[in-house]
Amino acid sequence: MILGKVIGNIISTERAIGYGGRTILIIQPIEPSGTFKGKTFLAVDTVQAGVGDTVITVEEGGSATTAIKEPDTHTVKTVIVGIVDHIYH
Amino acid sequence: MKLGKVIGRVVSSTKVESFEGLKLLLVQPIDEKLNAYGEPIVTVDTIQSNTGQIIYYETSKEASMVLDKIMNPCDAAIVGIVDEINLETQS
Repeated sequence: MILGKVIGNIISTERAIGYGGRTILIIQPIEPSGTFKGKTFLAVDTVQAGVGDTVITVEEGGSATTAIKEPDTHTVKTVIVGIVDHIYH
Repeated sequence: MKLGKVIGRVVSSTKVESFEGLKLLLVQPIDEKLNAYGEPIVTVDTIQSNTGQIIYYETSKEASMVLDKIMNPCDAAIVGIVDEINLETQS
């Protein structure tokens, strides 16, 4: 699981099986201190995260499906599983 | 899951049986500001994307799940076409 900041979202009506109707956010990976590090990626939201939130993301299919808990979402691999309140490090 | 731009199509007649009848598209990875980075990749398309469109794709085993025959070696598939990208104004 990695830390990231939500820096935006995408609108998409045409989607593959398993992605229907879910918010897709743009994630910027960050270091624990908050500085941006590395390329952005997209993640399916499962916790109603918003732009500006710091979040925890998972990039593995099996875990993603358990986060979404709906049938035929085995095509989803990258999801947000938590909104971070504070990082003590 | 990453953003990409469809830049072409790949035709292959001699291939693994499970790829029969599939559309193979050439995708250039791009970032959220639409700048290209890295090398183009070959992806499977199941949602009729066209050249020039901004899409997003998934990689590894989950990519192959978009196909009916899930036991296939595909490791990159287009999973959506982007209509709009909204970015937080850099504070």
